[in-house]
Amino acid sequence: MTRAVRLELNGVEVAAVAEGGENLLTLLRERLGDTSPKAGCLQGTCGACTVLVDGEPVLACLMLAEAADGKRVTTVRGLADGPRLHPLQEAFMDGFAAQCGFCTPGMLVAAKALLDREPRPTREQVIEAIAGNVCRCTGYTPIVEAVLEAARRMAGRRG
Amino acid sequence: MAKHRGRGIASVNYPIGMNLGGDPSQALVHATPTGKFVVTLSSIDLGQGMKSVTRQLAAETLGVPIEDVFVDTADSDTGPHCMGSFASRGTHRAGNAVIAAAKEAKEVLLEVAAEELEVDPKDLELDGRGNVQVKGAPSRAISVRDVAQRAHFKRGKSISGRGMFLVPPSDVDPETGEMNPVTTYAHACMVAEVEVDDETGEVTVLSLKAAYEIGRALNVKLVEQQLVGGAWMGISHALYETPEPYYPDRSHGPTDFNEYLMPGPGDMCPVEIELLERPALDGPYGAKGIGEMCATPPIPAIANAIFDAVGVRITEMPFTPEKILRALDAKAGR
Repeated sequence: MTRAVRLELNGVEVAAVAEGGENLLTLLRERLGDTSPKAGCLQGTCGACTVLVDGEPVLACLMLAEAADGKRVTTVRGLADGPRLHPLQEAFMDGFAAQCGFCTPGMLVAAKALLDREPRPTREQVIEAIAGNVCRCTGYTPIVEAVLEAARRMAGRRG
Repeated sequence: MAKHRGRGIASVNYPIGMNLGGDPSQALVHATPTGKFVVTLSSIDLGQGMKSVTRQLAAETLGVPIEDVFVDTADSDTGPHCMGSFASRGTHRAGNAVIAAAKEAKEVLLEVAAEELEVDPKDLELDGRGNVQVKGAPSRAISVRDVAQRAHFKRGKSISGRGMFLVPPSDVDPETGEMNPVTTYAHACMVAEVEVDDETGEVTVLSLKAAYEIGRALNVKLVEQQLVGGAWMGISHALYETPEPYYPDRSHGPTDFNEYLMPGPGDMCPVEIELLERPALDGPYGAKGIGEMCATPPIPAIANAIFDAVGVRITEMPFTPEKILRALDAKAGR
Protein backbone atom coordinates (compact mmCIF):
# COMPACT_ATOMS: atom_id res chain seq x y z
CA MET A 1 0.00 0.00 0.00
CA THR A 2 1.40 3.36 -1.03
CA ARG A 3 0.78 6.68 0.56
CA ALA A 4 1.38 10.29 -0.50
CA VAL A 5 3.62 12.16 1.96
CA ARG A 6 3.77 15.95 1.97
CA LEU A 7 6.40 17.66 4.02
CA GLU A 8 8.55 20.75 4.23
CA LEU A 9 12.13 19.77 3.38
CA ASN A 10 14.69 22.44 4.25
CA GLY A 11 12.04 25.14 3.81
CA VAL A 12 10.57 23.83 0.54
CA GLU A 13 7.18 22.10 0.20
CA VAL A 14 7.71 18.67 -1.34
CA ALA A 15 5.64 15.55 -1.89
CA ALA A 16 6.42 11.94 -2.70
CA VAL A 17 4.75 8.56 -2.75
CA ALA A 18 6.05 6.17 -0.10
CA GLU A 19 5.61 2.41 0.04
CA GLY A 20 3.94 1.04 3.15
CA GLY A 21 6.58 0.48 5.83
CA GLU A 22 9.13 2.65 4.04
CA ASN A 23 11.31 4.69 6.36
CA LEU A 24 11.98 8.42 6.21
CA LEU A 25 15.60 7.84 5.18
CA THR A 26 14.56 6.01 2.02
CA LEU A 27 11.97 8.69 1.26
CA LEU A 28 14.60 11.44 1.61
CA ARG A 29 17.43 9.69 -0.24
CA GLU A 30 15.63 7.78 -2.98
CA ARG A 31 12.36 9.61 -3.60
CA LEU A 32 13.32 13.21 -2.80
CA GLY A 33 16.98 13.04 -3.88
CA ASP A 34 18.47 14.41 -0.65
CA THR A 35 21.37 12.01 -0.05
CA SER A 36 22.90 14.11 2.73
CA PRO A 37 21.50 11.91 5.54
CA LYS A 38 23.70 8.80 5.34
CA ALA A 39 22.58 5.18 5.45
CA GLY A 40 24.88 3.56 8.02
CA CYS A 41 23.65 0.77 10.28
CA LEU A 42 19.94 1.08 9.34
CA GLN A 43 19.03 -0.07 12.85
CA GLY A 44 19.22 3.16 14.82
CA THR A 45 22.64 2.75 16.39
CA CYS A 46 25.07 4.87 14.36
CA GLY A 47 23.34 8.26 13.99
CA ALA A 48 24.55 8.88 10.43
CA CYS A 49 20.95 9.40 9.24
CA THR A 50 20.05 12.01 11.88
CA VAL A 51 17.63 14.70 10.64
CA LEU A 52 15.46 17.25 12.41
CA VAL A 53 11.70 16.68 12.39
CA ASP A 54 9.91 19.78 13.66
CA GLY A 55 13.23 20.78 15.22
CA GLU A 56 13.84 17.53 17.11
CA PRO A 57 16.70 15.18 16.16
CA VAL A 58 15.33 11.94 14.74
CA LEU A 59 16.94 8.80 13.30
CA ALA A 60 15.47 8.78 9.80
CA CYS A 61 16.07 5.03 9.45
CA LEU A 62 13.69 4.32 12.34
CA MET A 63 10.88 6.75 11.45
CA LEU A 64 8.15 5.68 9.07
CA ALA A 65 8.02 7.96 6.04
CA GLU A 66 4.29 8.52 6.43
CA ALA A 67 4.82 9.70 10.01
CA ALA A 68 6.68 12.70 8.54
CA ASP A 69 3.54 13.80 6.68
CA GLY A 70 2.88 17.47 7.39
CA LYS A 71 6.15 17.93 9.31
CA ARG A 72 9.15 20.20 8.86
CA VAL A 73 12.25 18.13 8.03
CA THR A 74 15.76 19.60 8.11
CA THR A 75 18.76 17.71 6.75
CA VAL A 76 22.35 18.93 6.79
CA ARG A 77 21.65 20.48 3.38
CA GLY A 78 19.32 22.89 5.13
CA LEU A 79 21.99 24.23 7.50
CA ALA A 80 23.76 26.59 5.09
CA ASP A 81 22.17 29.92 4.22
CA GLY A 82 22.73 29.98 0.46
CA PRO A 83 26.52 30.13 -0.03
CA ARG A 84 27.05 31.00 3.65
CA LEU A 85 27.85 27.95 5.73
CA HIS A 86 26.34 27.51 9.16
CA PRO A 87 28.78 28.40 12.00
CA LEU A 88 28.81 24.72 12.94
CA GLN A 89 30.00 23.78 9.45
CA GLU A 90 32.67 26.50 9.56
CA ALA A 91 33.86 25.35 12.98
CA PHE A 92 33.99 21.71 11.81
CA MET A 93 36.16 22.77 8.87
CA ASP A 94 38.44 25.03 10.91
CA GLY A 95 38.81 22.44 13.66
CA PHE A 96 39.53 19.46 11.39
CA ALA A 97 36.49 17.73 12.87
CA ALA A 98 35.92 15.47 9.85
CA GLN A 99 38.06 12.83 8.22
CA CYS A 100 36.17 10.34 6.06
CA GLY A 101 33.07 12.50 6.51
CA PHE A 102 30.45 9.77 6.69
CA CYS A 103 29.28 10.68 10.21
CA THR A 104 29.57 14.43 9.62
CA PRO A 105 26.02 15.15 8.32
CA GLY A 106 24.46 13.40 11.32
CA MET A 107 26.90 15.04 13.73
CA LEU A 108 26.11 18.50 12.35
CA VAL A 109 22.35 17.96 12.57
CA ALA A 110 22.57 16.56 16.13
CA ALA A 111 24.74 19.52 17.11
CA LYS A 112 22.32 21.99 15.54
CA ALA A 113 19.46 20.51 17.55
CA LEU A 114 21.54 21.09 20.68
CA LEU A 115 22.47 24.70 19.86
CA ASP A 116 18.88 25.54 18.92
CA ARG A 117 17.81 24.32 22.35
CA GLU A 118 20.88 25.36 24.35
CA PRO A 119 22.95 28.14 22.73
CA ARG A 120 25.70 27.97 25.37
CA PRO A 121 26.13 24.27 26.06
CA THR A 122 28.62 22.76 28.47
CA ARG A 123 31.10 20.14 27.27
CA GLU A 124 28.95 17.46 28.96
CA GLN A 125 25.88 18.65 27.08
CA VAL A 126 27.75 18.47 23.76
CA ILE A 127 28.95 14.95 24.56
CA GLU A 128 25.40 13.90 25.43
CA ALA A 129 24.00 15.47 22.26
CA ILE A 130 26.35 13.50 19.96
CA ALA A 131 26.47 10.32 22.08
CA GLY A 132 24.21 8.56 19.56
CA ASN A 133 26.45 9.40 16.62
CA VAL A 134 29.31 7.02 15.92
CA CYS A 135 32.60 8.32 14.50
CA ARG A 136 35.43 5.96 13.54
CA CYS A 137 38.06 8.52 12.54
CA THR A 138 38.31 11.62 14.72
CA GLY A 139 38.32 10.34 18.29
CA TYR A 140 35.37 12.72 18.92
CA THR A 141 37.49 15.36 20.63
CA PRO A 142 37.77 17.62 17.54
CA ILE A 143 33.99 17.33 17.05
CA VAL A 144 33.20 18.30 20.65
CA GLU A 145 35.65 21.22 20.37
CA ALA A 146 34.10 22.36 17.08
CA VAL A 147 30.57 22.41 18.53
CA LEU A 148 31.77 24.45 21.53
CA GLU A 149 33.64 26.80 19.17
CA ALA A 150 30.54 27.26 17.00
CA ALA A 151 28.50 28.13 20.11
CA ARG A 152 31.10 30.74 21.11
CA ARG A 153 31.12 32.26 17.61
CA MET A 154 27.31 32.39 17.46
CA ALA A 155 27.17 34.05 20.89
CA GLY A 156 29.74 36.60 19.65
CA ARG A 157 27.65 37.42 16.58
CA ARG A 158 24.54 37.93 18.66
CA GLY A 159 26.59 40.33 20.80
CA MET B 1 36.85 -2.42 47.08
CA ALA B 2 38.42 0.65 45.58
CA LYS B 3 39.55 2.46 42.46
CA HIS B 4 43.26 2.18 41.76
CA ARG B 5 45.32 4.46 39.57
CA GLY B 6 48.16 3.24 37.42
CA ARG B 7 50.58 4.45 34.80
CA GLY B 8 52.00 2.46 31.88
CA ILE B 9 54.49 3.15 29.16
CA ALA B 10 54.90 1.73 25.66
CA SER B 11 57.40 2.22 22.87
CA VAL B 12 56.66 1.44 19.25
CA ASN B 13 58.81 1.07 16.15
CA TYR B 14 56.64 0.94 13.07
CA PRO B 15 57.73 -0.01 9.53
CA ILE B 16 56.46 2.16 6.69
CA GLY B 17 54.92 0.38 3.72
CA MET B 18 55.25 -3.23 2.69
CA ASN B 19 58.64 -4.75 3.22
CA LEU B 20 61.28 -6.87 1.44
CA GLY B 21 61.29 -4.69 -1.70
CA GLY B 22 58.81 -3.65 -4.33
CA ASP B 23 55.66 -1.91 -3.04
CA PRO B 24 55.39 0.36 -6.09
CA SER B 25 53.45 3.58 -6.51
CA GLN B 26 53.34 5.72 -9.62
CA ALA B 27 52.12 9.24 -10.34
CA LEU B 28 51.61 11.46 -13.38
CA VAL B 29 51.73 15.25 -13.44
CA HIS B 30 50.66 17.42 -16.34
CA ALA B 31 49.96 21.09 -17.00
CA THR B 32 46.68 22.26 -18.50
CA PRO B 33 46.75 24.94 -21.24
CA THR B 34 46.11 27.57 -18.55
CA GLY B 35 49.19 26.64 -16.52
CA LYS B 36 47.42 24.72 -13.77
CA PHE B 37 48.85 21.36 -12.80
CA VAL B 38 47.02 18.08 -12.34
CA VAL B 39 48.47 15.18 -10.35
CA THR B 40 46.92 11.86 -11.29
CA LEU B 41 47.37 8.97 -8.92
CA SER B 42 45.44 6.00 -7.63
CA SER B 43 46.23 6.45 -3.94
CA ILE B 44 42.85 6.96 -2.39
CA ASP B 45 42.05 9.78 0.03
CA LEU B 46 39.77 8.21 2.64
CA GLY B 47 39.91 11.18 4.97
CA GLN B 48 43.55 10.92 5.98
CA GLY B 49 44.49 13.81 3.70
CA MET B 50 46.24 12.10 0.78
CA LYS B 51 44.97 14.77 -1.61
CA SER B 52 46.11 17.66 0.58
CA VAL B 53 49.58 16.20 1.06
CA THR B 54 49.89 15.37 -2.66
CA ARG B 55 48.96 18.95 -3.49
CA GLN B 56 51.57 20.29 -1.09
CA LEU B 57 54.30 17.99 -2.43
CA ALA B 58 53.57 18.81 -6.08
CA ALA B 59 53.35 22.58 -5.47
CA GLU B 60 56.56 22.56 -3.45
CA THR B 61 58.47 20.56 -6.07
CA LEU B 62 57.14 22.46 -9.08
CA GLY B 63 57.53 25.83 -7.36
CA VAL B 64 53.97 26.96 -8.10
CA PRO B 65 51.20 28.20 -5.77
CA ILE B 66 49.26 25.40 -4.08
CA GLU B 67 46.04 26.84 -5.53
CA ASP B 68 47.34 25.95 -9.00
CA VAL B 69 47.61 22.22 -8.28
CA PHE B 70 44.70 19.80 -8.56
CA VAL B 71 44.70 16.15 -7.56
CA ASP B 72 42.77 13.46 -9.39
CA THR B 73 42.49 10.15 -7.56
CA ALA B 74 39.33 9.24 -9.39
CA ASP B 75 39.85 5.75 -10.71
CA SER B 76 42.34 3.02 -9.87
CA ASP B 77 41.33 1.16 -13.06
CA THR B 78 42.59 3.91 -15.34
CA GLY B 79 45.06 5.84 -13.16
CA PRO B 80 48.77 5.21 -12.67
CA HIS B 81 49.44 2.10 -10.63
CA CYS B 82 49.44 2.29 -6.84
CA MET B 83 49.44 -0.58 -4.38
CA GLY B 84 46.87 1.30 -2.28
CA SER B 85 46.17 3.35 0.83
CA PHE B 86 47.27 0.98 3.59
CA ALA B 87 50.41 -0.10 5.48
CA SER B 88 51.03 3.54 6.47
CA ARG B 89 52.50 3.90 2.99
CA GLY B 90 50.55 6.66 1.21
CA THR B 91 52.65 9.70 2.07
CA HIS B 92 55.96 7.86 1.79
CA ARG B 93 55.46 5.73 -1.33
CA ALA B 94 53.03 7.83 -3.38
CA GLY B 95 54.63 11.04 -2.10
CA ASN B 96 57.99 10.04 -3.56
CA ALA B 97 56.30 9.21 -6.88
CA VAL B 98 54.56 12.61 -6.90
CA ILE B 99 57.87 14.40 -6.32
CA ALA B 100 59.55 12.45 -9.14
CA ALA B 101 56.70 13.24 -11.54
CA ALA B 102 56.70 16.92 -10.58
CA LYS B 103 60.47 17.13 -11.12
CA GLU B 104 60.17 15.75 -14.64
CA ALA B 105 57.28 18.11 -15.46
CA LYS B 106 59.27 21.02 -14.09
CA GLU B 107 62.15 20.19 -16.44
CA VAL B 108 59.84 20.56 -19.45
CA LEU B 109 58.34 23.73 -17.99
CA LEU B 110 61.81 25.27 -17.67
CA GLU B 111 62.84 24.08 -21.16
CA VAL B 112 59.89 25.85 -22.77
CA ALA B 113 60.37 28.95 -20.63
CA ALA B 114 64.07 28.98 -21.58
CA GLU B 115 63.20 28.92 -25.28
CA GLU B 116 60.77 31.80 -24.81
CA LEU B 117 63.21 33.87 -22.73
CA GLU B 118 66.21 32.83 -24.86
CA VAL B 119 68.27 31.74 -21.86
CA ASP B 120 69.68 28.48 -20.52
CA PRO B 121 67.12 26.43 -18.51
CA LYS B 122 69.70 26.11 -15.73
CA ASP B 123 69.52 29.88 -15.20
CA LEU B 124 65.76 29.78 -14.51
CA GLU B 125 63.78 29.42 -11.30
CA LEU B 126 60.14 29.49 -10.20
CA ASP B 127 59.13 32.34 -7.87
CA GLY B 128 56.41 30.31 -6.14
CA ARG B 129 53.79 32.84 -7.26
CA GLY B 130 53.20 31.55 -10.79
CA ASN B 131 56.20 32.96 -12.69
CA VAL B 132 59.42 31.63 -14.17
CA GLN B 133 62.27 34.11 -13.82
CA VAL B 134 65.97 34.42 -14.57
CA LYS B 135 67.99 33.84 -11.42
CA GLY B 136 69.22 37.20 -10.16
CA ALA B 137 67.18 39.10 -12.74
CA PRO B 138 63.52 38.72 -11.76
CA SER B 139 62.46 41.38 -14.26
CA ARG B 140 63.19 38.84 -17.02
CA ALA B 141 60.23 36.58 -16.34
CA ILE B 142 57.31 34.79 -17.95
CA SER B 143 54.19 33.55 -16.23
CA VAL B 144 53.62 29.80 -15.91
CA ARG B 145 50.32 30.40 -17.70
CA ASP B 146 52.11 31.89 -20.70
CA VAL B 147 54.66 29.07 -20.70
CA ALA B 148 51.81 26.56 -20.78
CA GLN B 149 50.11 28.44 -23.61
CA ARG B 150 53.32 28.47 -25.68
CA ALA B 151 53.96 24.78 -24.95
CA HIS B 152 50.48 23.77 -26.04
CA PHE B 153 49.90 26.05 -29.02
CA LYS B 154 53.34 27.04 -30.34
CA ARG B 155 55.97 24.51 -29.31
CA GLY B 156 53.83 21.38 -29.40
CA LYS B 157 55.09 20.13 -26.05
CA SER B 158 53.39 18.44 -23.14
CA ILE B 159 54.49 19.86 -19.79
CA SER B 160 54.25 16.58 -17.97
CA GLY B 161 56.18 14.13 -15.87
CA ARG B 162 56.18 10.51 -14.77
CA GLY B 163 56.99 9.44 -11.25
CA MET B 164 57.77 6.04 -9.86
CA PHE B 165 58.79 4.78 -6.46
CA LEU B 166 59.97 1.23 -5.94
CA VAL B 167 61.74 -0.13 -2.89
CA PRO B 168 64.90 -2.00 -3.85
CA PRO B 169 64.65 -5.73 -3.06
CA SER B 170 66.60 -6.92 -0.04
CA ASP B 171 68.46 -10.21 -0.46
CA VAL B 172 69.01 -12.50 2.49
CA ASP B 173 72.66 -13.21 3.36
CA PRO B 174 72.84 -17.04 3.12
CA GLU B 175 75.47 -17.19 5.85
CA THR B 176 73.90 -14.99 8.50
CA GLY B 177 70.28 -14.65 7.44
CA GLU B 178 70.79 -10.91 7.69
CA MET B 179 68.69 -8.64 5.52
CA ASN B 180 67.25 -5.15 5.42
CA PRO B 181 63.52 -5.71 5.26
CA VAL B 182 62.40 -2.12 5.81
CA THR B 183 63.74 1.20 4.57
CA THR B 184 62.06 3.45 7.13
CA TYR B 185 60.66 3.12 10.63
CA ALA B 186 58.58 5.64 12.56
CA HIS B 187 58.80 5.66 16.34
CA ALA B 188 56.54 6.52 19.25
CA CYS B 189 56.48 6.47 23.01
CA MET B 190 53.28 6.78 25.02
CA VAL B 191 52.35 7.07 28.70
CA ALA B 192 48.82 6.02 29.67
CA GLU B 193 47.17 6.83 32.98
CA VAL B 194 44.22 4.66 33.99
CA GLU B 195 41.87 4.05 36.86
CA VAL B 196 40.80 0.46 37.52
CA ASP B 197 37.78 -0.36 39.66
CA ASP B 198 38.57 -3.65 41.43
CA GLU B 199 34.90 -4.26 42.18
CA THR B 200 33.55 -3.91 38.62
CA GLY B 201 36.74 -4.52 36.64
CA GLU B 202 36.12 -1.38 34.66
CA VAL B 203 39.07 0.57 33.25
CA THR B 204 38.89 4.32 32.68
CA VAL B 205 41.66 5.90 30.64
CA LEU B 206 42.49 9.24 32.29
CA SER B 207 45.07 10.53 29.84
CA LEU B 208 47.38 9.56 26.99
CA LYS B 209 50.63 11.45 26.49
CA ALA B 210 52.85 10.60 23.55
CA ALA B 211 55.81 11.61 21.44
CA TYR B 212 55.84 10.57 17.79
CA GLU B 213 58.94 10.62 15.60
CA ILE B 214 57.57 10.70 12.06
CA GLY B 215 60.40 12.05 9.92
CA ARG B 216 58.77 15.28 8.94
CA ALA B 217 55.18 16.43 9.49
CA LEU B 218 54.23 17.59 5.98
CA ASN B 219 50.92 18.92 7.33
CA VAL B 220 50.89 19.34 11.09
CA LYS B 221 47.10 19.66 11.41
CA LEU B 222 46.52 16.45 9.44
CA VAL B 223 49.13 14.64 11.53
CA GLU B 224 47.55 15.76 14.80
CA GLN B 225 44.11 14.85 13.47
CA GLN B 226 45.23 11.30 12.74
CA LEU B 227 47.08 10.92 16.03
CA VAL B 228 44.09 12.02 18.14
CA GLY B 229 41.71 9.82 16.15
CA GLY B 230 44.20 6.97 16.39
CA ALA B 231 44.47 7.37 20.16
CA TRP B 232 40.72 6.85 20.37
CA MET B 233 40.97 3.78 18.16
CA GLY B 234 43.79 2.44 20.33
CA ILE B 235 41.60 2.78 23.43
CA SER B 236 38.84 1.06 21.49
CA HIS B 237 41.10 -1.88 20.59
CA ALA B 238 42.48 -2.07 24.13
CA LEU B 239 39.22 -1.98 26.07
CA TYR B 240 36.21 -2.51 23.82
CA GLU B 241 36.28 -4.01 20.35
CA THR B 242 35.92 -7.71 19.73
CA PRO B 243 33.78 -9.94 17.53
CA GLU B 244 34.25 -12.71 20.10
CA PRO B 245 31.74 -13.40 22.89
CA TYR B 246 32.45 -12.02 26.31
CA TYR B 247 30.74 -14.76 28.28
CA PRO B 248 30.21 -17.70 28.26
CA ASP B 249 30.13 -18.77 24.58
CA ARG B 250 29.83 -17.57 21.00
CA SER B 251 26.03 -17.22 21.10
CA HIS B 252 26.53 -14.30 23.48
CA GLY B 253 28.84 -12.48 21.06
CA PRO B 254 27.89 -9.41 19.10
CA THR B 255 25.75 -10.06 16.03
CA ASP B 256 25.62 -6.50 14.68
CA PHE B 257 27.02 -3.03 15.21
CA ASN B 258 24.55 -2.39 18.01
CA GLU B 259 26.46 -4.90 20.14
CA TYR B 260 29.96 -4.27 18.79
CA LEU B 261 31.28 -1.96 21.47
CA MET B 262 33.34 1.15 20.89
CA PRO B 263 34.04 4.09 23.18
CA GLY B 264 31.76 7.07 22.72
CA PRO B 265 32.57 10.77 22.99
CA GLY B 266 32.17 10.61 26.77
CA ASP B 267 34.80 7.87 27.09
CA MET B 268 37.55 9.88 25.41
CA CYS B 269 40.38 11.18 27.57
CA PRO B 270 42.69 14.15 27.00
CA VAL B 271 45.45 13.33 24.52
CA GLU B 272 48.75 15.21 24.53
CA ILE B 273 51.06 14.77 21.56
CA GLU B 274 54.54 16.01 20.77
CA LEU B 275 55.99 15.61 17.28
CA LEU B 276 59.67 14.88 16.78
CA GLU B 277 61.08 15.39 13.30
CA ARG B 278 64.14 13.50 12.12
CA PRO B 279 63.82 13.47 8.32
CA ALA B 280 63.96 10.03 6.71
CA LEU B 281 66.67 9.75 4.05
CA ASP B 282 64.29 8.18 1.52
CA GLY B 283 61.12 10.05 2.57
CA PRO B 284 59.35 12.76 0.57
CA TYR B 285 60.96 15.87 2.09
CA GLY B 286 61.89 13.51 4.94
CA ALA B 287 58.37 12.30 5.79
CA LYS B 288 57.53 8.82 7.09
CA GLY B 289 53.99 7.57 7.75
CA ILE B 290 51.68 7.58 10.78
CA GLY B 291 48.60 5.82 9.46
CA GLU B 292 48.54 2.62 11.48
CA MET B 293 51.05 3.47 14.18
CA CYS B 294 48.68 6.08 15.60
CA ALA B 295 46.42 3.32 16.99
CA THR B 296 49.04 0.91 18.36
CA PRO B 297 50.81 2.55 21.38
CA PRO B 298 47.68 2.89 23.57
CA ILE B 299 47.23 -0.90 23.69
CA PRO B 300 50.49 -1.92 25.46
CA ALA B 301 50.54 1.36 27.43
CA ILE B 302 47.07 0.66 28.85
CA ALA B 303 47.95 -2.99 29.56
CA ASN B 304 51.00 -1.84 31.52
CA ALA B 305 48.97 0.82 33.34
CA ILE B 306 46.43 -1.83 34.42
CA PHE B 307 49.30 -3.91 35.82
CA ASP B 308 50.64 -0.85 37.63
CA ALA B 309 47.18 -0.14 39.07
CA VAL B 310 46.04 -3.57 40.25
CA GLY B 311 48.95 -5.95 39.62
CA VAL B 312 47.40 -8.20 36.99
CA ARG B 313 48.72 -8.90 33.50
CA ILE B 314 46.00 -9.09 30.85
CA THR B 315 47.52 -10.54 27.71
CA GLU B 316 44.50 -10.80 25.43
CA MET B 317 42.60 -7.90 23.91
CA PRO B 318 40.25 -6.34 24.74
CA PHE B 319 40.97 -5.87 28.44
CA THR B 320 37.38 -6.41 29.51
CA PRO B 321 36.03 -6.12 33.07
CA GLU B 322 35.49 -9.88 33.09
CA LYS B 323 39.13 -10.66 32.29
CA ILE B 324 40.35 -8.21 34.91
CA LEU B 325 38.05 -9.60 37.63
CA ARG B 326 39.08 -13.19 36.80
CA ALA B 327 42.74 -12.17 36.97
CA LEU B 328 42.17 -10.41 40.31
CA ASP B 329 40.44 -13.55 41.63
CA ALA B 330 43.32 -15.73 40.47
CA LYS B 331 45.83 -13.40 42.07
CA ALA B 332 43.92 -13.53 45.37
CA GLY B 333 43.68 -17.32 45.14
CA ARG B 334 39.87 -17.18 44.90
